[in-house]
Amino acid sequence: MYYDDDVDIIQLVQGDIPLQSNPYQELADKLGISEEAVVERLKGMMDRGLIRRFGAVLRHQKAGFVLNAMVAWKATPGREDQAGNILAGYRQVTHCYLRDVPEEFGYNLFTMIHAHSEEELASLLACMVKDSGLQEYLVIRSIREFKKTSMQYLLKPGAYLGDSED
Amino acid sequence: MGRAELDQVDRALLNRIQENFPLTARPYQELALNMDLPEEEVITRLQRLKDSGVIRRIGAVFDSSHMGYFSTLCACQVPEERIDEVAAIITRESGVTHNYQRDHTWNLWFTLTAPGKKTAQQIISRLERDTGVAIENMPTTKVYKIKVSFEIGGTDVL
Repeated sequence: MYYDDDVDIIQLVQGDIPLQSNPYQELADKLGISEEAVVERLKGMMDRGLIRRFGAVLRHQKAGFVLNAMVAWKATPGREDQAGNILAGYRQVTHCYLRDVPEEFGYNLFTMIHAHSEEELASLLACMVKDSGLQEYLVIRSIREFKKTSMQYLLKPGAYLGDSED
Repeated sequence: MGRAELDQVDRALLNRIQENFPLTARPYQELALNMDLPEEEVITRLQRLKDSGVIRRIGAVFDSSHMGYFSTLCACQVPEERIDEVAAIITRESGVTHNYQRDHTWNLWFTLTAPGKKTAQQIISRLERDTGVAIENMPTTKVYKIKVSFEIGGTDVL
């Protein structure tokens, strides 16, 4: 959870912080606190798990990772956690989630894989099958990117309340 | 998408600032000290990496579930001739962070983040109404890994 007075800080750091020697100065002045206090609040949000990571977000294609494949696996009931943890252990797997999927689809364990080439992807998949024991997978390739952005959270103080039943 | 020219210092800088960006009032000064470079050069290099598109942004990556948000992966089957139109309607929704055409019977896949499960469902229903397309909702039930940084190796062709 965050507090109403975190809102201005969240607004700044969910975007791009200014590329200048004192990136928090303007915000600190606006809030009437010191730059160090802004940094302490950020650390607090990290400790509370609100911020997962602080730093640069890259465009991976520009950084040489040309292949970005979504691979969905059929994890048999009872094997999900074991297989999920094995697949997550691969350096090239950036995301690994279990999902509720329509029964007729059945591919419930999702991995995002970043590789440098088709050859690397093919050999990775072979290793993943062997390690996880999962036989059925589906490579779902992207053809066109319509949108890729970071989530913009709460636009004004108190705006977030969540669903009452959640 | 074009590749950027990166020298060894760029790579070292990129590897460092993805996971170990200093959380201090003068982060670029500290990076400069750690890397034995003038602060001005750190800033100039980062500006160039932003301008060339290698760096999308520098800031915080929030954990949507800790923020009290609900996120889900959605997919739908769109007639080929309507894909641009339907994709545009979905992209307009602010909670949609990723939206891709993919090579599957469900040919449009997007992620939706909303302040709660009920709100997410309402948004999905509205998108179904606006597009006339049925949307599959595949919420996350367990996270085994989220890693959004990349090791930029010395052998990478960049």
